[in-house]
Amino acid sequence: MPDFQPKIVAFVCNWCTYAGADLTGTSRMKYSPQVSIIRFPCTGRIDFMLLLKAFASGADGIIVSGCHPNDCHYSSGNFHARRRWIIFRGLLDFLGIDVRRVQFSWVSAAEGAKWAQLVNETSERIRELGPFAGYQRLRGLGVG
Amino acid sequence: MARIGVFICHCGENISATVDVKQVAAAAARIPGVAHSVEYKYMCSDPGQQLVKDAIREKGLTGVVVAACSPRMHEPTFRRACAETGLNPFLCEMANIREHCSWVHEKGDATTEKAIDIVRTLVAKVKKNKALQPIQVPVTKVALVIGGGIAGIQASLDIANAGHRVILVEREPSIGGHMSQLSETFPTLDCSQCILTPRMVEVAQHPNITLYSYAELESLDGFIGNFKARIRRKARSLDETLCTGCGLCTQKCPTRKIPGEFDAGLGLRPAIYVPFPQAVPNKPVIDREHCTYYRTGKCRLCEKICPTQAIRFDQLDEIVEVEVGAVVVATGFDIKHGDFFPEYGYGKYPDVIDGLQFERLASASGPTLGEIRRPSDGKVPETVVFVACAGSRDPAKGIEYCSKICCMYTAKHAMLYRHKVHGGKPYVFYMDIRAGGKMYEEFVRRAMEEDGVQYVRGRISRVFERDGKLVVKGADTLLGARPMEIEADLVVLATAAVAQPGAEELAQKLHVSYDAHRFFSEAHPKLRPVETNTAGIFLAGACQAPKDIPESVAQASGAAAKVAALFSRSELVREPLIAVVDRQPPPVYSSCVGCFLCQSACPYQAIEKEEIRGRDGQLIKTVARVNPGLCQGCGTCVAFCRTKSIDIQGFSHEQVHAEVLALLNRGERDA
Repeated sequence: MPDFQPKIVAFVCNWCTYAGADLTGTSRMKYSPQVSIIRFPCTGRIDFMLLLKAFASGADGIIVSGCHPNDCHYSSGNFHARRRWIIFRGLLDFLGIDVRRVQFSWVSAAEGAKWAQLVNETSERIRELGPFAGYQRLRGLGVG
Repeated sequence: MARIGVFICHCGENISATVDVKQVAAAAARIPGVAHSVEYKYMCSDPGQQLVKDAIREKGLTGVVVAACSPRMHEPTFRRACAETGLNPFLCEMANIREHCSWVHEKGDATTEKAIDIVRTLVAKVKKNKALQPIQVPVTKVALVIGGGIAGIQASLDIANAGHRVILVEREPSIGGHMSQLSETFPTLDCSQCILTPRMVEVAQHPNITLYSYAELESLDGFIGNFKARIRRKARSLDETLCTGCGLCTQKCPTRKIPGEFDAGLGLRPAIYVPFPQAVPNKPVIDREHCTYYRTGKCRLCEKICPTQAIRFDQLDEIVEVEVGAVVVATGFDIKHGDFFPEYGYGKYPDVIDGLQFERLASASGPTLGEIRRPSDGKVPETVVFVACAGSRDPAKGIEYCSKICCMYTAKHAMLYRHKVHGGKPYVFYMDIRAGGKMYEEFVRRAMEEDGVQYVRGRISRVFERDGKLVVKGADTLLGARPMEIEADLVVLATAAVAQPGAEELAQKLHVSYDAHRFFSEAHPKLRPVETNTAGIFLAGACQAPKDIPESVAQASGAAAKVAALFSRSELVREPLIAVVDRQPPPVYSSCVGCFLCQSACPYQAIEKEEIRGRDGQLIKTVARVNPGLCQGCGTCVAFCRTKSIDIQGFSHEQVHAEVLALLNRGERDA
């Protein structure tokens, strides 16, 4: 599917990854435009049901990224996010969503290049996986 | 009905070079709820901001989206502009189409489409934004300083000199801390007491400082600006208001052979004592553990001879309650003692001592009156081996970190020894010399070159006794790890600087976090080094990490500046981007079921229990309540809540859901 343009939603924290993505911009590094960012105060704020909501609304892939372990602006939010992600992975499988559609990562405010790389790699992988076809079924399950 | 204004910035050409801004403006105008959509070359300029302000007034806008740079850049600018027109500033959002779009993608339709997506997302969000009012918290302009070492003294004086009241709590009978025990200080070799004691006296005489010595913090409740502290004043067994500090009791006390804490166990003190002659306050305490009267019920000699009848054998601990607005924690450090180094014979051989004990030997007020005499037989040592990194930087001992002060004080010790014992032979075993600091490297070099201190790079493996000498076995790694043995008269270990024994307990009372080594954690290692994660509690000195005197003083002044800034206003104004718990009219009152999962998740102890009571006073339900003074707005509780009863203002469920749906343009695929 050569002209498939995936829709990827990035859930990022305000203090590290959002600022890291800002740095990608100020450094004028280029990356694939299929990713759009939604800002949260902290990855600890992210209710992972929102990820399912995004899939049910037509997202093909999702990035969740915050501060590196021990660097959380709020000291422990990213650890909560990591624990949720570990549990959530199993749920994805159960719902028939390919776990490769979600990329969990840490990008600090100094890692502009890492953000660009993360986005490009994720876009490439989602492009290979193709469009997420299960969204209507998810809505049937009452997720949407 | 929402009337949203969208303002698209060209940012010169930074945005318009890759994004078709006219197309974005046209697309934005078609979004339901958008009443106004324009583009302009520099939206942040004065005319640009005027454009926004005029539109708010003329079009009666209920929300504003500025599609320009990152909110981290100009959100405050545009929120201020909105506020000037009377529109609540929290009804303004930034759509980041520069850092996250125009600068990172090539010119083309995909880039313009992404910009439109971003604008649509933020329009959807701003429609759900609520007018928020800044939170105002009253501030009690009194500071509590815990710890009366040099850091606590400096912080107290700085805050007091800024015109605020200070309550200084010190655990020991006198303030002064470790610095008062030191002989001379690097890199200037000025006498520690000479520079410290005037400060101690200043504390005692300052009209704004209340000193509670021989006292400890019992508990701390409340939040920034509004703490309640309970302080336990331990029984000194004398009436401080009557005692004149004449010292007669300490001279006559018959129980005299107690190893003194101040002299690091090398000197002896009586059961009623002042720790050292320049103590502040200069009032004795009775050591009830050793006092003959408390042990046998007989003696009371001090009571009989006291000219002012100040002795109170029946005195009890007293609890003092104070209200304070800020807390500075300056509880300092300790050094590793005891059987930590069985291989070095520390604790086994009396002539293997630690750095603090050497300070007392070298101090003019110490047990040897400043003569270097070894503890076992009082002989002047001819050869002294100083061992740096005794425990520090040693993962096998569980202390991976560098204690930071030892390289310098070891150089100082070796130098002082040479100054006092001219023919003496000092050796220093070291791993690396870390002398980063003003005049520090020069100081170490002076020890080597002018005072002839023999530096040997290598660690020692053992210290053992042979024919009345201490044999130090080591290796010189710069000479091919050649094994060497030195017959020494005295061995001084620069034992690792560690956290105070009660650090963990205190951290729990204060609700501040601590690291694996029980040093208190700062809020940010680089940018917020004097704040803790609990608002209103600040750190100073070596309780945070090993530090030397200048660093401790600098941090104490930093903490004091933070306190003074907090106290500069009678009310603290905070951004209202915090969590709130659902409240409804009766009969529901709140959807919160009171599971308090949020409480366990909150890193700031900001969640309290609130009892909802009926008019008759009967308890209806217990629900969570967010303390607006403590909440930092991370939202961890929001993701935890099982009933979605807790939400965070500015990033609410409604707002982020609307963003996700708008970003994915929900409905397009359904068609």
